[in-house]
Amino acid sequence: MLKFVVRRLLQLIPILLGLSVLLFVWLRALPGGPAQALLGERATAESVARIEALYGLNEPWYVQYWKFISAAVQLDFGNSARTNRPVIEEMSRTFPATFELAIAALIFAIGIGIPLGYYAARKYGSWLDNLSVSGSLLGVAVPVFFLAYILKYVFSVQLGWFPTQGRQDPRVDADHPTGLYVLDGIITGNPEATWDAIMHLVLPAIALGAIPLAIIVRITRASVLDVVHEDYVRTAEAKGLWERTITRRHVLRNALLPVITVIGLQAGLLFSGAILTETVFAFDGVGRFIAEAISNRDYAVLQGFILVIAAMYVVVNLLVDLSYGLIDPRVRVR
Amino acid sequence: MRVTDSEPLLRSEPLLDVRDLSVTFTRKGGPTVRAVDGVSFTVRPGETVGLVGESGSGKSVTSLAVMRLLPRRGVQVGGQVLFDGDDLLTLPRDRMRDIRGRDIAMVFQDPMSSLNPVVPIGIQVTEVLERHQDLKGETARAAAEELLFRVGIPDPRRRLKEYPHQLSGGMRQRALIAMALACKPRLLIADEPTTALDVTIQAQIIELLKELVQDTGASLVMITHDLGVVAGLCDTVHVMYSGRIVESAGRRELFGEPRHPYTGGLLASVPRLDAPRGAPLHPIPGSPTDVLSWHKGCAFAPRCPNRLDACIGGPPRLESLGDRSLRCLNPLEQNEEVPA
Repeated sequence: MLKFVVRRLLQLIPILLGLSVLLFVWLRALPGGPAQALLGERATAESVARIEALYGLNEPWYVQYWKFISAAVQLDFGNSARTNRPVIEEMSRTFPATFELAIAALIFAIGIGIPLGYYAARKYGSWLDNLSVSGSLLGVAVPVFFLAYILKYVFSVQLGWFPTQGRQDPRVDADHPTGLYVLDGIITGNPEATWDAIMHLVLPAIALGAIPLAIIVRITRASVLDVVHEDYVRTAEAKGLWERTITRRHVLRNALLPVITVIGLQAGLLFSGAILTETVFAFDGVGRFIAEAISNRDYAVLQGFILVIAAMYVVVNLLVDLSYGLIDPRVRVR
Repeated sequence: MRVTDSEPLLRSEPLLDVRDLSVTFTRKGGPTVRAVDGVSFTVRPGETVGLVGESGSGKSVTSLAVMRLLPRRGVQVGGQVLFDGDDLLTLPRDRMRDIRGRDIAMVFQDPMSSLNPVVPIGIQVTEVLERHQDLKGETARAAAEELLFRVGIPDPRRRLKEYPHQLSGGMRQRALIAMALACKPRLLIADEPTTALDVTIQAQIIELLKELVQDTGASLVMITHDLGVVAGLCDTVHVMYSGRIVESAGRRELFGEPRHPYTGGLLASVPRLDAPRGAPLHPIPGSPTDVLSWHKGCAFAPRCPNRLDACIGGPPRLESLGDRSLRCLNPLEQNEEVPA
């Protein structure tokens, strides 16, 4: 078990090294550059050269790469060309926000997706089933930014049920020791701030969770439809067990195996989905920060953030594999 | 105590009385299939009854219909299944759940797929005890250990914690039998319990079932295509073909003097160890898919060596002939050589 975890974590090293080279070359292949972006269209050649010298951008790319990678192993990703603050500081500010948003989106997607998928399968062919199948098709097909705008327009602008943007109303007095605003509200004993943070999360979480929700509904439904025809479910019926025991122990435990894999993959993708959602809701997280960094060709931020997100993706998948073993003894790792 | 003489059996009231059972499968846009048609038989307390037939003869569907385990969608079940005087087919669902596992238990064909792969054996045994006998915690675990021991699983304490994939095929089937017998059911239905097992294990499992029903006094319905199993185990045998019973008799009568050409064919097709070397096997020509629909005539007619023109004209009725029932217009003569 420990050996398995260590081996998987060691695999991170070549993955991240390869990705860092790709990223480095890729970013520099983009037209324009940070100096251009900082100085605007009318920048003179001299001022561009001055900025490039300041950030070391005039050196050959392999020299730049070596400087970058030797600093990065010490978690020093340099300074943002736009905000001029250390990248690591920007990370500690924005990651908790997106983490909180991703958790909220997952709670939404799993909390609705699994029950809905289950009942759709049990009521196969009913209106509920048809609704969930067509609804989930819609969920996958509608672009995230479009859904986000619609949600914002209807529920914030027109109905005024939810705030339109941000993470916390500036008029609310709140401390943020962890950066997870809902948790902060709870541990500082501030119900008003907690509630305010939750209300700010609702619409972004729905927008971000829509695709995972749709996928979870479909996978759960298909998986339950498979499992209810398994012989061991018939055995459980033949034992006269209560329906809830059969559902919980014999149907869901088996049916959720593929669902967990999908949840893991989707959880990893939430950080990229957050780019669109956070931009629409002006939610101050990783996604919005990356979006701005792209338009500013902020190499240091992009390199650092994308590497960390890739590392998190690998870790999330490792956690999924481990949880798989908890449920399915046949793949339990030793 | 084994009732070798069938006289006392015949006098007692039946425990299970299946009357005119029919099962029809319908699919949207597809044909209607009558898998079981007018099947009637009884099982008396302590009696062992065999349902014999090829794949597709309706024997498994019959047992699932008795247990009410067929899917509700697209399936019509007709007739009556009287158990202790109650019609199982019309009982409220919760009362049927009470009966399943407690009064009537079932052992299935493939022990690997019939056990939940992600739940330890122990829980799969104790859940029956918890459901029907209100045993909990350590008491239930101890009872489960005792059950596994009784069905011949060595080191039951360790096995309780293991998962199905860690057990051998024979042991899995023993575990399934332990689950079925957990609540001392009065009727055990075994649906081809040995088909998925090695030949040596098959004999052990049959022996075990035989012992257990003797000890508990339970009645047993044995569903099989294996005439050897029937010969060693059953008091009464019903031979099914294409959803109907074609011949019913006591074991000795049936094996001694098969009257239906299908029964005769089945017996003749069993390879014999004492046959001379190189003697040809005698299969029944054709396949079970070559059937007439029953409203036209006898379904076995296309494969029957004794066929008359009348066989295709109208369906034969199940007629009672003293100690047996027979559905045939031109049965084998008594002591007639079975035609090859």
